[in-house]
Amino acid sequence: MSVSRRKFLAWMGGAGLSTAVGRKAFAASNKHFEGYPDSFGVLHDTTLCVGCRSCEAACNKVNDLPQPEKSFTDLKVLDEKRRTDAAAYTVVNKYESVKKPGLPLFRKIQCNHCLEPACASACFVKAFTKTKEGAVVYDASVCVGCRYCMVACPFNIPAYEYDKVLDPRVVKCTLCHPRLLEGKLPGCVEVCPAEALTFGKREDLLALARERIRKHPDRYVHHIYGEKEMGGTSWLYITGESFEQVGMREDLGITPAPNLTAGALAVVPMVAGLWPLFLTGAYAMSRRKEKIAAEEQAGAVANAIAETNDAAEKKLAQALEKAKKEKEAAIQKEVKKALEEAVKAQEADKEEDA
Amino acid sequence: MSQDAVKTKFFPPDRSFYTPVNMVVGCIMAVGLLFTVLRFTGGLSMVTNLDDNYPWGLWIGFDLMAGVALAAGGYTTSAACYLFGMKRFHSAVRPAILTAFLGYALVVVSLHYDVGRPWRLPYPLFWSQGTTSLLFEVGLCVALYLTVLFLEYSVTALEWLGLKKLRHIIHRLTLVLTIFGVILSTLHQSSLGALFIIAPSKLHPLWYSQYLAVYFFISSMFAGLSMVIFEGSLSHKYFHDKMDDTYLGEHDGVVLGFAKGASFIMFAYLVIKVIGIAMDNTWHYLGSGYGMWFLVEMLGFVALPGFLYAVAVRDRNFGLIRKAALITVLGIVLNRLNVCLIAFNWYLPLEDRYFPHIGEIGLTIFMVTIGVVAFKFIVTRMPIFYEHPDYKESH
Repeated sequence: MSVSRRKFLAWMGGAGLSTAVGRKAFAASNKHFEGYPDSFGVLHDTTLCVGCRSCEAACNKVNDLPQPEKSFTDLKVLDEKRRTDAAAYTVVNKYESVKKPGLPLFRKIQCNHCLEPACASACFVKAFTKTKEGAVVYDASVCVGCRYCMVACPFNIPAYEYDKVLDPRVVKCTLCHPRLLEGKLPGCVEVCPAEALTFGKREDLLALARERIRKHPDRYVHHIYGEKEMGGTSWLYITGESFEQVGMREDLGITPAPNLTAGALAVVPMVAGLWPLFLTGAYAMSRRKEKIAAEEQAGAVANAIAETNDAAEKKLAQALEKAKKEKEAAIQKEVKKALEEAVKAQEADKEEDA
Repeated sequence: MSQDAVKTKFFPPDRSFYTPVNMVVGCIMAVGLLFTVLRFTGGLSMVTNLDDNYPWGLWIGFDLMAGVALAAGGYTTSAACYLFGMKRFHSAVRPAILTAFLGYALVVVSLHYDVGRPWRLPYPLFWSQGTTSLLFEVGLCVALYLTVLFLEYSVTALEWLGLKKLRHIIHRLTLVLTIFGVILSTLHQSSLGALFIIAPSKLHPLWYSQYLAVYFFISSMFAGLSMVIFEGSLSHKYFHDKMDDTYLGEHDGVVLGFAKGASFIMFAYLVIKVIGIAMDNTWHYLGSGYGMWFLVEMLGFVALPGFLYAVAVRDRNFGLIRKAALITVLGIVLNRLNVCLIAFNWYLPLEDRYFPHIGEIGLTIFMVTIGVVAFKFIVTRMPIFYEHPDYKESH
């Protein structure tokens, strides 16, 4: 699989818990993915875009999309801000110029074909693939329709066929991947009359963009959008005014989407590995506490009984002793009495004899 | 004692079927079934306001996110009783497990409405594993945990059915199931929050954080504890005659203990929320409109009920504890809706924002109603609030 370069997730075995099968964890290493060598891309020079919507029409045609209500030659459509949807893989929007008030600016929107796509990282059935040609393609045959890819995409590109009952798909620009494999240009690039779109190897496009900026420093902002944004994209943009001015977010950062979630994913196998220890430990400790408490209780009871017994025995012994003494005294008294009586009797006998 | 004897002891003859409550429930069911037909014949666009900017709506924000958090009473109660040795909470375990089982079961039912091709829901587990996705982690854990909850709950059902042998076998697994339950809950409760870590550009900075996973896990604890208190107070009102002396005797202790625990955890949660703001240095957003809303959530629905819990436990004020539990439950719902919907796409103009379709609201009410009806069905028939006389000795 070309996209998911780091697979951290612990596979929980049938019973629920097992080993963590960690694969290449680039996020935590010093390795850095810079895109497939010789992969293709498109450079969009927004200063050359005239807002003719030819690219939209061509895209609609090569992808066999349904005809829109308003024709592609109707430029009033440009007055409202649009985004990609299930029937349009690309749209052109019009913006106000700040440098030259009154003049319009145009920018084409479509999938940027990230080098490390958020959609592919977020998909729980691996429906997205970053191909070595540069296109991010989607496989509807495994898609469950959870739409997490749409939540994850920082450019708000994937759309959904909400009105389909049995086979709704996620839809987005494919960079005309099937046409690329046939050796053809993407539909939009082929038709652009203003040369606002240039197809080529991404490396070459970066060089071309730098060259244009170098030659016309007054005409361009010194930044190639997509060179580093979200870890880099196959589509690159250069503009005459700030990217924000043409509706592009400048706060996305340069961290590839998979790296954002790497930490959270890495914790998972640790929890699976350590929680059994902590929890059985807690159980064992509470059991031991109970056992010790029971033992202490038993000990205390035994002690109390022993003490009581001792005291009772002592008392008994004392009583016995006393009784014995009393008995002895009584016997002695009796013996004495008997002796005295005997003496008396003897004396009486003597008197009678005399 | 025979089953008939048990029945006569615990189940006095029922009232009429045609009560006002049953009529309302019947109406909700009818509307729910109607929306169900519309959903599966007309597609998602027929009954939802979901669009390309808001692929996730009320069913994910409430049914899934809030539903899973509020079903956390299952793992918190069973862990407290079986793992941490708080045996005095034993009579609270069964109601909590039942609530959790029904909660998760309905989450899964609700997901079948939400995803585009529900018959493919087993795909991530058995067909094409997208292991780089946090949603894969959520799916795997929820599937496994639902199985665990089913087994934990099945002890009750088996007692009711009189299948003693099977009941004893599963009952002997209690400890293992509890440990599994806590592991799986830790993982998926946190991963539900971690789902949004991939979208820092879409979620408002006050809600977005590298700690989202921790926030969701910690908040699930007091959500679960509060839900046990909340459910207990309702059950006391409606199912008092089903409760045995042990349950009634332990109940006050459960309420006080859980309220105390929730209060502590809520203040710890506030602390880590402040740490998150300090970490990302997003203080300045507190002055904005979203900042006010964030403070309403934090102060009104975490700090306030946390404080009320503490005071109420000190004073043994059970009425106040019930109020605090209700505020906490609402607060968790608010938090999950904020992360999933309200603070999501916060930069979009108002006309592009999402508001649920009547069909989404209707089906959500439908799910909650099914849960309540199933709960009532089970507690009025099975040994939930009392111990089955045949099994008194075994635990």
